[in-house]
Amino acid sequence: MIQGRGWKRWLLTLAVLHGIIACAGFFAPYDSAEQDREHPHLPPMKIHFMDSHGRFHLRPFFYEPRLREGTFEQFEESTEEVQPFRFFVSGARYRLLGLVPSHVHLFGAQDGRFYLLGSDAYGRDQLSRILYGGQISLLAGLLGAGLTLFSGVLIGATAGYFGGWRDGLLMRVAELFVALPWLYLLLALRAFLPLSVSPVQEFFLIVVVIGAVGWARPARLVRGVVLSAKERDFVKAARGFGATDAYLLRRHILPETSSVILTQAAILVPQFVLAEMTLSFLGLGVPEPVPSWGSLLASLQQYSTLVSYWWMYLPVLAIVPFFLGYLGLASALQQDGATEKMVGRAGEDIW
Amino acid sequence: MVRMPGFSTFGRWLGYGMLTLSAAVFSRPATGIPQQSRSAEELLTLSGEIGKQGGRLVISLRAEPKTLNPLTAVDAPSREVILGAMQADLIHINRATQLTEPALAKSWKVSANGLQYTLTLREGLRFSDGQPLDADDVLFTFRVYLDESIHATQRDQLIVGGKPIAVRRVDAQTVVFQLAETYGAGERLFDGLGILPRHLLEKSYTEGKLAQAWTLATPPDQWAGLGPFRLKEYVAGQKLVLERNPYYWKQDTKGNRLPYLDEMVFIFVPNADAQVLRFQSGETDLISRLGSENFSVLSRLQRGYTMTDAGPGLEYNFLFFNLNDPGEKTSPDLARKMKWFRDVKFRQAISVAIDREAIVRLVYQGRGAAIWGPVTPGNHRWGNSAIPHSARSLEKARAFLKEAGFTWTTTADGEITLVDADAKPVEFSILTSSTNADRTKMAALIQDDLKQLGVHAQVVPMEFRSLIDRVTQTKEYEACVLGLVSFDADPTADLNVWLSNGGTHLWNPSQAHPATAWEAEIDKLMKQQLTSPSYEQRKQSFDRVQQILADNQPMIFLASPDILVGAKNSIGNFHAVVLEPYVLWNVEQLYFRNSAENARQ
Repeated sequence: MIQGRGWKRWLLTLAVLHGIIACAGFFAPYDSAEQDREHPHLPPMKIHFMDSHGRFHLRPFFYEPRLREGTFEQFEESTEEVQPFRFFVSGARYRLLGLVPSHVHLFGAQDGRFYLLGSDAYGRDQLSRILYGGQISLLAGLLGAGLTLFSGVLIGATAGYFGGWRDGLLMRVAELFVALPWLYLLLALRAFLPLSVSPVQEFFLIVVVIGAVGWARPARLVRGVVLSAKERDFVKAARGFGATDAYLLRRHILPETSSVILTQAAILVPQFVLAEMTLSFLGLGVPEPVPSWGSLLASLQQYSTLVSYWWMYLPVLAIVPFFLGYLGLASALQQDGATEKMVGRAGEDIW
Repeated sequence: MVRMPGFSTFGRWLGYGMLTLSAAVFSRPATGIPQQSRSAEELLTLSGEIGKQGGRLVISLRAEPKTLNPLTAVDAPSREVILGAMQADLIHINRATQLTEPALAKSWKVSANGLQYTLTLREGLRFSDGQPLDADDVLFTFRVYLDESIHATQRDQLIVGGKPIAVRRVDAQTVVFQLAETYGAGERLFDGLGILPRHLLEKSYTEGKLAQAWTLATPPDQWAGLGPFRLKEYVAGQKLVLERNPYYWKQDTKGNRLPYLDEMVFIFVPNADAQVLRFQSGETDLISRLGSENFSVLSRLQRGYTMTDAGPGLEYNFLFFNLNDPGEKTSPDLARKMKWFRDVKFRQAISVAIDREAIVRLVYQGRGAAIWGPVTPGNHRWGNSAIPHSARSLEKARAFLKEAGFTWTTTADGEITLVDADAKPVEFSILTSSTNADRTKMAALIQDDLKQLGVHAQVVPMEFRSLIDRVTQTKEYEACVLGLVSFDADPTADLNVWLSNGGTHLWNPSQAHPATAWEAEIDKLMKQQLTSPSYEQRKQSFDRVQQILADNQPMIFLASPDILVGAKNSIGNFHAVVLEPYVLWNVEQLYFRNSAENARQ
């Protein structure tokens, strides 16, 4: 199908992007929490081919930074020694995809640390933190969207299929959730939680919270689809043949909702990534030193960082391809869904 | 009395300049003074640049002052305004020299036994409304300060040896203060105790309404003080305007009456970054309490102002563990952890594992000093030089932990974990104030330092008030990073911190009896230094206190930031000091070099 190609392309792009983040340990040159106290707030380093004597090097290299004399925070390159770039270097230990232990990194340097995107206030590598931070933010988005869709479909299908008081009750509750100022709800919720929670607990808490507040919209959409689907002739026929509710839902009605659900998924994931970032930005996310895109941006709340260290903005750029990918996928799916539906209708008429 | 930054109590202080004594100086009336007979005025002469009359100084305050009543002022902005610019004390601590000097009292005598202080007032003193001041005003002032029903913030300070100070009038110019016990800090006692006008306040005092008097809404003619400025106008939510006190009792070497400035305007700017922006754009003339990051930003963009690093101040930041006795409500988890915390070896191990130099470099960008005791390099007279400044050493830390019965386990990933005698991993959380980025950063560095020991610490930033509540009331916390600022270099200033019954004895506050032998010894030494007459003896006692603190590590001292300030280039006589108020201590001498530039404002 020609229409099918659109979303496949987007999906492939997203798969690659997620692959990079999932294998952050390999692509990141360093551990995200490792501090280099000699080099806080180091600007992104330059990659050189020509050394200070005008000699050309085939292998790209960098110069070690050192403090400019008489300053506390300004660095310059010390051009005495060339630090060549190496690929597939051994470094900090990590687990690939959380399973396979490894210590090989895509690139790095023999000695000295190379900061492609600069370092933060503790001398931690900004590139590594962006990659590792993506793991938290994206996983929170994906799990949150999964949770939301699961409860949304469950509630929406129940309301739409059974109707009556169940429908009334569930949809009023859904309206309540849509109207809730969720950010304030989350702030209030966090205040009740124990003082110190581990990063893993905090992470799942965020997922549950953003999943729990977001179910109303997909539930309403699913209900709409279910309402129209259950009046379709083939559903009525199946019911006439004595099909049970569970069978009808599983076999005939829920498949009808699939394009709505997929489109919703593609919209919800970036929305929830953003929700996680908002929470982390406000200090409600996973605690230090675990990075997330939101907490990476949190340092920009300070005026001094805002005007002094432009590379602290870079996590923003990391988000852009993901959002484009998801939104592109969503619109492609929507178009495809529309066509499919038309094709489907035509087929039904013929039958 | 110590101030926790961000907390209410603000050090008591007043601001004057460096002075040369003048026994009896007869000055010609300065402009704007009603032509009355002022023949017997004894003005205090200050050395310094001769300034120009006029101009208005604009300063930002973090919040609106809550009151203009010195009796009830506990919030930092109120105290900054009242004590900094509107009130005057009898004897004053010079913020530059850190020594006492005459103020409203031109001289004083101490009896041989150190119990009786005879203060002689300056001749011809007048309140800012023109009414003369005499011994009765002083008597009235101390009566209300000591009146229990008023709950004056100054009361604690005036109880020496468990008894209130007795005040007696000899004649119109002479007052005698009788102490129950000798007071080590001596006449420093009088610093910050502003003298109140009896003629304005006696009525509300007899009616029992004194604590409610003098709000921000008080009409300017109902307010009077002895400071360089008096109330002019208050616009709710916007600004507080003070004007020159024409009756002020100081002059420059040429006989010009101080202050030079016509007006002081305090504007209310709620956050530090906004204050920086206001200063940068030239809206405010002075800035203090700057973080090192903002200081760097302002230094880089210098336009028409100069940034000054006045050197280490008196703020000391520290990590402390919960050393309270586990009570009934203490969770078993916390009670288990408290066993580690109470082991002095454990605390020593943590102390020696912390990289203080890194804190200075990363948190303060080198604008600070690492500390191993509560006396910072900014305090010139009281530091114990014998306290070892031990560099970071993980080997030493491991040795201490081994002695205390801790061992290490290693997971397959190579992650090392410290475990106690019951094979439980050593984990704890460190509270920090969420509004103080510096201390959160310190905690994050400590977290990383301790990780190398196999100790898993977690940083928990928390709203300041709930943090203080946890530390001093509910006592449900494990460890905490805080800072204190002494208002004075004298050890008596921090009495509340070191005495075991003190409210700011943070690791185990307000004890009925000292919980440990070493806390009992500190109590004894602190009381000893309070009553010893000589500096050498007092220093000896306080040196021992510092040694005990270093041995027992109830507070693991980390670092002290420099006092970072900025001022417009056009301000004359500007000289930053490390005691509060860092830039306004000599406000009566500040002036604008170029009046034309100031007029543009």
